[in-house]
Amino acid sequence: MLKNPITGLNKVFDNRIRLGVMSILVVNDEISFNDLKQMLEVTDGNLATHLVSLEENGYIKVHKGFIGRKTNTTYSVTKIGEKAFNDHITALENMIKGMK
Amino acid sequence: MSDHNQPQDTLQEVKDIRQMMERSSRFISLSGLSGIAAGIFALIAAAIARYVIFENYYNDYNRRGGFQDREFRDLKVQLMGLAAVVFIAAFVTAFYFTWRKSTKQGVSLWNHTSRRLMWNMLIPLVAGGFFILGMLQYNDWSYVSPACLVFYGLALVNASKYTLTDIRYLGYCEIIIGLINMQWIGYGLYFWALGFGVLHIVYGIVMWWRYERA
Repeated sequence: MLKNPITGLNKVFDNRIRLGVMSILVVNDEISFNDLKQMLEVTDGNLATHLVSLEENGYIKVHKGFIGRKTNTTYSVTKIGEKAFNDHITALENMIKGMK
Repeated sequence: MSDHNQPQDTLQEVKDIRQMMERSSRFISLSGLSGIAAGIFALIAAAIARYVIFENYYNDYNRRGGFQDREFRDLKVQLMGLAAVVFIAAFVTAFYFTWRKSTKQGVSLWNHTSRRLMWNMLIPLVAGGFFILGMLQYNDWSYVSPACLVFYGLALVNASKYTLTDIRYLGYCEIIIGLINMQWIGYGLYFWALGFGVLHIVYGIVMWWRYERA
């Protein structure tokens, strides 16, 4: 699904922010919205849009919680998301190998 | 970003991914300079402690040929005060150098990686702290130095999962020195100076040389 026919790259990860979110989530159990925002250096709205699209693809899970009265939304990667991400990395590696 | 025709684009993309994974899972702003500073403070403190114990306390003890409760209590207060001052000095300088390095790297000092690092380091450290306070409470000073070294070493090994992995080797060395110290009770001050002074300085220089020398 959604694969570039030539290279096997995943189109969802064409975007730098979506790729960044996935890179962070595969090595962390759970990350809050604010931590993501800080690490990726993006605006709230921009990050939210990309998170929604990743969620719609089934790549990430959203957990809504509270710290006191403030909402604390955290994200984690799904099995499907992890596989898609690994496939994408493999495709990138193959491309680099092919170029040498 | 949508076309992958350029080799350097793809390479850059892989580099970005790797950097993100590294940055988001480990706190990498610990500065080697803070290790050097902590080591110097520890050596100064050990020298002062040696003076206080051997020149003051034991001289008086020998001259009078007797042991007085009050003097021993004074000595304990002096040594605890010294330990507290060194700890605060080392902590403040470590914080300063780390803050400086993180500003240079453009990462924030207080994020989920530093929080996780601190929490995982604090567990063995606080446990060790209470353990040692307990020994002092029962007036047993012999094992303070080996306990400091072993618990600190364990804290570092535990912390190494959340920061630059090199710190694990410093942890191993502290544990080994602490265990050797166990067989040479009475020389605690020298082992303490070796573990907290010399090792910190060596480690700090190595880290600075590897990661910060610009």
